[in-house]
Amino acid sequence: MNERSGRLRAVPVLDLDAIIDDPDTRIVVCCGSGGVGKTTTAAALGLRAAERGRSAVVLTVDPARRLAQSMGLTELDNTPRPVAGVKGEGKLHAMMLDMKRTFDEIIEAHADPERARQILTNPFYQSLSSSFSGTQEYMAMEKLGQLRRSGDWDLIIVDTPPSRSALDFLDAPERLGRFLDGRLIRLLMAPAKAGGRSAFKLLNAGFGIVAGALTKLLGAQVLKDLQMFVSALDAVFGGFRARAEQTYKLLQAPGTAFVVVAAPERDAMREASYFVERLAEERMPLAGLVVNRVHRAPAAVLSAARSTAAAEDLETRGEHDLTAAVLRLHAGRMQLAAREDREQEHFLSAHPTVPVARVPAMSQDVHDLAGLRKVGELLAAQS
Amino acid sequence: MGGRSGRIGEGPLGSLRSVRARDTDWDGVRLHVVTGKGGTGKTTVAAALALALASGGRRVLLVEVEGRQGIAQVFDLPPLPYEERKIAVAPGGGDVHALAIDPEEAMLDYLEMFYGMRRAGKALTKMGVVDFATTIAPGFRDVLVTGKTTEAVRRKGKDGRRVYDAVVLDAPPTGRVARFLNVTNEVAGLARVGPIKNHADLVNGVVASPETAVHFVTLLEEMPVQETLDGLGELRETGLPPGGIFTNMVRKSLLPASVLDAAAKGRFDPGELALGLKAAGLAEGGANAAAVAEALAEEIAEHAHRTKLERRERRSLDTSGRPRYELPLLADGVDLAGLYELAESIHAQGAA
Repeated sequence: MNERSGRLRAVPVLDLDAIIDDPDTRIVVCCGSGGVGKTTTAAALGLRAAERGRSAVVLTVDPARRLAQSMGLTELDNTPRPVAGVKGEGKLHAMMLDMKRTFDEIIEAHADPERARQILTNPFYQSLSSSFSGTQEYMAMEKLGQLRRSGDWDLIIVDTPPSRSALDFLDAPERLGRFLDGRLIRLLMAPAKAGGRSAFKLLNAGFGIVAGALTKLLGAQVLKDLQMFVSALDAVFGGFRARAEQTYKLLQAPGTAFVVVAAPERDAMREASYFVERLAEERMPLAGLVVNRVHRAPAAVLSAARSTAAAEDLETRGEHDLTAAVLRLHAGRMQLAAREDREQEHFLSAHPTVPVARVPAMSQDVHDLAGLRKVGELLAAQS
Repeated sequence: MGGRSGRIGEGPLGSLRSVRARDTDWDGVRLHVVTGKGGTGKTTVAAALALALASGGRRVLLVEVEGRQGIAQVFDLPPLPYEERKIAVAPGGGDVHALAIDPEEAMLDYLEMFYGMRRAGKALTKMGVVDFATTIAPGFRDVLVTGKTTEAVRRKGKDGRRVYDAVVLDAPPTGRVARFLNVTNEVAGLARVGPIKNHADLVNGVVASPETAVHFVTLLEEMPVQETLDGLGELRETGLPPGGIFTNMVRKSLLPASVLDAAAKGRFDPGELALGLKAAGLAEGGANAAAVAEALAEEIAEHAHRTKLERRERRSLDTSGRPRYELPLLADGVDLAGLYELAESIHAQGAA
């Protein structure tokens, strides 16, 4: 076709319609690094699935205000809300994750009222539940599990949190578990288990150093708060872990499809590569890669080099100023397209079997359902 | 104080440096915090700003905190250790040093510096204390990281002068930056008194002072512009000092306004273009020239539309009242040469 696609190696095409139309697909997870249009992709897939007859729910984490508005979401209330204006037989719900509330609910479900109160009012819990970057990931997975168990929807589309690293959400539940199981925690728990005697007395010299350092580092009050929190949390953690493992299994199940989202930029493509490799290691089902914001030139028959040369020629002759300017513009566009191809090259050669869908850059952000519908069409229209 | 202007009064030898003092928008600022939405080129701009600040014989430290090794990638270097090392020479002399802060190492530093407890620190690390800090109390992690950064800002050499003329911090993205910097508040709920609280107060003394400026990197697109404005609002609420707005990847429009206007309204006439293409020898036959002209007209219409939207985003940014700088889109991506080009542009616009 044009010279751009000629240079890119032939890759399998990601057929998203086939995925969202397949009644066996129950969960679609959109993941990728920040700023690549993950949330928009998730919302557009949700709308498209609903308009093709599915009963879908989109779980978004921290969506941009306008995007949330485009689905009629005005508040973060942790409950799926019906989206108005969906065409056809299917239906669409959307929700924004309230991570603190989700966390509170887990605590309330797993601890007796007195213990729950102790945990909920502890300053460490407040910090953990409202600002730990991993908590958002954990709670997104928890919410996904809840939505799936409810059985109210036949397709759940999850947008993953804007993590520092796209991989964080896979690791967060395990990290929380490892942390609660770690030696430090056992150390902190020791005094409580030794019948409330003064801290660390019964422990060996090595522990003594650590305890002293911790006290110096944190102060005695902080240490006490922490001990209380940890022992209260420990009592409910069994339930925690069981849920995390359940959700993890859910992600490995055949009804799940991971869609890795990227933009044709170095960092985003590298993250996408890591992610694809990680999913394979974890035996999680990868559907394919979506590359958003791809720049294409309608006049691709005209190469960057030829247009630049012609523009120079016209400029030297002092003729056709407008044509010269347009040719310069076109050359810039072709250069950008070529660069974007190069940024994708590494991924494509490292993962030649991963299906890819490309979505052209749009000049305007999505404001309404019509905009989302358009993104859905572009996602599906791969040739 | 310790700003550049402070050197002007120094003796004849010391004045060697003061000669290089120049008027920039951020004289007196020693800690430049650079934030931005993901995908806006925050790390690239931080690196270019560090180069620009170092130019003319200064010493600048570029710090990253998220463990992404973004600095190494931008400067095309192998991964950086947790150690300040010179990574680049600025135009006109001057050095850029870099430091990739690892929270675990920062914790050991902190224990050693304040308590002389390196060994205990190692034991703590083995016990998973860092896991603890990053898992249960992100505020602690942030304090360690910002603490290390502000220590570099305050550090003085044997001559009593600050070791670095400026420190550039490649900070977390816009959505998290206020919380990241507002450490005192972040640990307040956890530690009302005690060493961590004191440390946080020390950090806050630098971060909330006029020696600090928090710069935003954005693109001329709706979402990053909105996030920038929201981020500035958050800074205002938390009392952190706002800096400038760096609009990245700006594409120059070569077309006259009248053409853009017509194209935006769908009234661009490709006829003239077809003639121009023929004159340039780009068309083998009449039909071919017309087809190419049509395709180019489509590109022009898109370009006109985008230019219009960009104008709107610029106006939004102007409402913030912050100094603005525009950095060009580099057609071939940011390589080392491109980085110097951006640094030059930052310098020329008076940001450094």
